[in-house]
Formats: sequence, C-alpha cells, structure tokens
Amino acid sequence: MDAFTNHTGKVVPYDMPNVDTDQIIPARFLKKIDRVGFGELLFYELRYEEDGSPKPGFILNQPQYAGGTILVSGPQFGIGSSREHAPWAIQQYGFRVVIAPSFGDIFRNNCYQNGLLPVMLDAAEVDTIIARAQEVQGYELTVDLETQQVTDSLGLAASFDIDPFRKENLVQGLDDIGLTLQNEGAIDAFESTHS
Amino acid sequence: MAPKTMFEKIWDAHVVREEEGKPSLLYVDLHLVHEVTSPQAFDGLRLNNRRIRRLDKTVAVADHNVPTNDRDKPLTDEVSKAQLEAMQRNADEFGLEYHDMFSEKQGIVHVIGPEQGRTQPGMIIVCGDSHTATHGAVGAMAFGIGTSEVEHVLATQCIWQAKPKTMEVRVDGTLGFGVTPKDVILAIIGKIGTSGGIGHAIEYTGSVFREMSMEGRMTVCNMSIEAGARTGMVAPDETTFAYLKGREYAPSDADWDAAVERWTALRTDPDATFDTVVTLDAADIQPQVTWGTNPAQVLPVGGRVPKPDEFESSQEQGAVEKALAYMGLNGGERIQDIAVDTVFIGSCTNSRIEDLRAAAAVAKGKQKADTVRALVVPGSWAVKQQAEEEGLDQVFTDAGFEWRDAGCSMCLAMNPDRLAPGERSASTSNRNFEGRQGPGGRTHLVSPPMAAAAAIAGHFVDVRELN
Ligand code: SF4
Repeated sequence: MDAFTNHTGKVVPYDMPNVDTDQIIPARFLKKIDRVGFGELLFYELRYEEDGSPKPGFILNQPQYAGGTILVSGPQFGIGSSREHAPWAIQQYGFRVVIAPSFGDIFRNNCYQNGLLPVMLDAAEVDTIIARAQEVQGYELTVDLETQQVTDSLGLAASFDIDPFRKENLVQGLDDIGLTLQNEGAIDAFESTHS
Repeated sequence: MAPKTMFEKIWDAHVVREEEGKPSLLYVDLHLVHEVTSPQAFDGLRLNNRRIRRLDKTVAVADHNVPTNDRDKPLTDEVSKAQLEAMQRNADEFGLEYHDMFSEKQGIVHVIGPEQGRTQPGMIIVCGDSHTATHGAVGAMAFGIGTSEVEHVLATQCIWQAKPKTMEVRVDGTLGFGVTPKDVILAIIGKIGTSGGIGHAIEYTGSVFREMSMEGRMTVCNMSIEAGARTGMVAPDETTFAYLKGREYAPSDADWDAAVERWTALRTDPDATFDTVVTLDAADIQPQVTWGTNPAQVLPVGGRVPKPDEFESSQEQGAVEKALAYMGLNGGERIQDIAVDTVFIGSCTNSRIEDLRAAAAVAKGKQKADTVRALVVPGSWAVKQQAEEEGLDQVFTDAGFEWRDAGCSMCLAMNPDRLAPGERSASTSNRNFEGRQGPGGRTHLVSPPMAAAAAIAGHFVDVRELN
C-alpha cells in the first residue's frame, strides 16, 4: 500500500448526494478476478453511451476536469454494497482523495485498506469547494493528512477528523495483516480460552 | 456490573486487543466466503505465503453469479466461469470447505448460514457482502466486509473494528393483515433514511419482532445496511431456539442446554441504554412500495409518487428529479397505476420458505398478466426442496411464473437474469439503485405477496384488497 502524507491536485466536483457503489462500479464488472483495470469502468453507466462512446455531459468527460485527483461529492458517498472494487475504480482512475459530508461505512473502511483517503467535511465546506471547482478553471486543493487540513489558494482552510489508527497506517503505508500478526500471541491466547 | 446491551455483550466477549481511541481487534467465529469478493483476497494470501488460520470457522459457497437454470449446460458467461473456477481452485489449494452450484448445501450465503445452523447467537460473523447483518436475526453481530478485510480474516481470524454506537428500533403493536416483515423494514428505512443508522449497531425490539418468525427477523436484519447501519440484531428467544434446534451445525445433546443458557444471557439488560432510540407504531405500517432509486424513497401502496417541489432543499429536489427521470415517472401518479413487466421473488431478503409460501398463497389458482415475466428463485437448495415437497413450485408454474435454482439471480444481475434498459420490476430484493438489476432497469422493492399480486395484475395492487 502506498503511504499517504499530503497531496495537492485538481478537484472534480460531482455534486450529487447518495452516490452508491452500484453507480461507482456496476455489479457486472465485479467478475474480474484480478485487481487492476477498474479505472476505465468507474461510473460506467453515467460515463458512457451504450456504444461505449463517452457521454459529453458527464463530469469525468469534461475536458476541464481531466487529470483530477480529488473527487468531491454529496452526502453518503459510497453507500451500498461492500464491493472493494469501488475504491479500486476510484483509485485506479487516478483519485487519491474523496471528499464528502458523509460516507457509507464499509466504503470508508475499504478506502483505508487501499490508501485512498476519505475526508469528511461540513456540508457547507463541501458546497464551497464544489462551487469553486465549478467556477475556477483548474481549481486545486491541498490535503494534508498530518495536520488534517484541506486548503486552497482562495483562503479555504477546513480541518477534518480521522481515527488516529487509520491515520498512522496511512502515513506509514502499513498493511493491516502485518500489523495484526504482531498480535499473534494475543490471538493464540484468545483461542485457547475460547474453545 | 453496569447493565449492557446485547451488542455490548457480544462485542466485549470478542475483544482480542483494545486500546483507548483506536479500533479493537475482534475475534471472528464464522467467516462466509463467496466467489465475487474473494479472488483478490486469495491472491493476497498466496503472494505473502499466508494460509487460512481457521478452516473450521470458514466456509465458501457459490451464489452471486451462478446461473439459476440449465446448470447441466456449460456456463456461457466467460467471466462468471473464470470466477467460479477461481473459487474452486482457491478452495482446493487452501483446503477450504466449498459448496459449488451442484452441492445440496448451496444457496445464497445468508440463507444457508442460518438454515444449516452455522449461524448462532452470540457469534461475530463476517462475509464479503453487505447484507451479512441477516445473520443478526439469531442474536449475532454480523457485518459485511471488503476484500482486503476478507484476506485479513482468512489470515488472522480477526478483524479491526471501531465500536459503533447502539440504536434501538422499537416497533410495538400488532401488524395489520397483509403487512409483512419487509414492509416493517421498508417503513423503518422510510422513517430514518438511508443514513439514519450510519455508525450504529441496531437492535430491533418490541412486540412486533417478538412475535415475528425467524425468517421475518432475517428479512428485517438483512436490510439494516439500507438504513446505513453496520449491523442489526434481534435478541434470541424461544422462537430462535426452536428454529436452531436439530440443525446440522447447531449444538446438540448436553451442549444444547448449555448453549441455550448462554444464549439467553445475551439479551440486553433491563437497565441498559442505547445511544439512539427510534420507535414506530405497528398499526401505522402498511404494505410498502419504493418509487425511487434508494430504499428510503418508499411509500405505502395507497400513496402517490412525490413531485420534486414537495421537497425543501435544492439538493433534495435535484435528487428526486434525477430519481424520477431514471424511473421514468413524472411524479404525482398513483403507485397502483404503475405497470410492471418483470417480477422477481428471491434474494437473501425474501427467498426463504415462508416468503415463497406467502407469494404462493397470492398466486394460487391465478394467472400472471401476459405482459409480465415472473421469476421465483429460492434462496437455497434446501428451500427449493422444501417448497417442492409442499407443491409450491406447481402453484407458481401453474400461475405462469418461472421456477428456478438457488442463487442471487436478479438481485444484482451478475448472472443472465437481469432487466433490459427501461424494464420495470416489482422485486423482493433489497436495493433499487440505478442499474442494480441491469443497466437502465427500474426496480420497485416490495414484499413477496405484493410482488406476486403485481405479477397477476400487471401493476401494483394493494394485497389487502385481493380476495
Ligand atoms: S441476494 Fe443480493 S444482496 Fe443477497 S447476497 Fe446475493 S447479491 Fe447480495
């Protein structure tokens, strides 16, 4: 897993509440047995016409947002199925950070497992970011995990909360299993007292 | 000792390691694996030379993309085939118990767990599927996990979890005629919204759940995730014990009495408090139909589809407009005037024997509308067999419904059962998200009797008004 300390990049404002994981990656693409190639499938139904050509109206097809690395969206982003293909698709498209007022629980967990940073900000702050990204060509944000701050060049400074354990793992790029296996003695002990 | 909720008792009994302000490392009693969210997890194990820590607490089954008919023919879908083959290979290589689509123990993962008595009160149960809370119906803490976590549990039999808050959802009173557990959970989601339960473990309490069958409790717990909750559970009682007794993997003989004693002690202490309490009156709950693209967009069957201007914020209005456009509705139409062309009775929400009986009771002696294709997909081989012994298959086929083999089927359209763009279904599954049942497909969630009634009428009807 890549370590995450801070990141500056272009914002893609997807102003929609309840973006569920079926929208992020439709179920029929879950049959792949490897972990790559999901970036092109991100938001498939919204992004492509039936013949596979890009739908001009969709945000990822608008040239001004090409190369975006920070996805900003409405409340309850990532609700729905447990598919980890959702954060894979977002990440493999090139995003490093997703900002929203709230997230689906499992999705948020899955992000941490893959070094994709989910950032929860107040709805008003998210609205400001979305408005600026729609108005200002090439609008960028800096997300600093160590100071837990999101800033832009127009004076925005929003702080966010993150579980210290998740933060530590992200900053160090630590794999959860390795970490758990450091506790193997405790697991053995638990098993021997609970038959 | 301070009084505790059932959730807290289960949690506390599974802590391997905890530290203030950090997630806890919890021990997992049962890990259910299926073909869709596991291949990359097994790859991870292989890559790191890791094995499965507890084969005796892990079982795999094929459900999400198995075909539900013509199983003797070779699989036509190359990718499904690759995934099912990968599951077989991984099971062989790691020595894992696996039920492929020809096994008599095959079925939807959340149907077979309780049915075989593997799911037991007091357990922590995980599965790489978001509807794992189904197992909470017996009084267990069951929740969905992602693929990395599947790998983690395979390797360590443990999982890191931040402790959720507790929520009591209490429904007292008596349900009216024709009102099913599905209507209860849809009404709860309609009330608290798809985010109402975020960060919470729900316990369903009150006379409605006490009087409900195990199958009904499973339907309710199943959709806890649709209210945003991490998990949902119902305290074990005589109904639970009667359901589990004699099942293959349930404790037997002397172990049984000890188990019942242990399970009884799991119930929430009288003075324990929940972080959040929600109450509904059973008498207010009517048969429900969703009209939009998330399960909280739901109405009683007598209602009318809302219009965007009935909502306050511009964001809500935008979301409603988008949902209506996707669903091909204008807003304002009566639910009962909406015609359907497809009816799906199945999924881990509503594919148990009781669901099929309830649907069959409505379909018996009738004919489906010519304009409707109706599919009945039992949740497991065992359910299928039981239904056939009771002659339900005959009732369905006589009414013009298709009778299929067990699997997830049109719940998520990974196998050939799916909606074509613009098709509209009455479905007993759990998600009406855009494209869930096939690209461009439009889903209305309902109970099994409401689905059967829609198949016969060709549009939604109030099941209470049928004779
Ligand atoms: S029936 Fe649907 S919700 Fe249930 S396990 Fe299968 S795909 Fe998931």
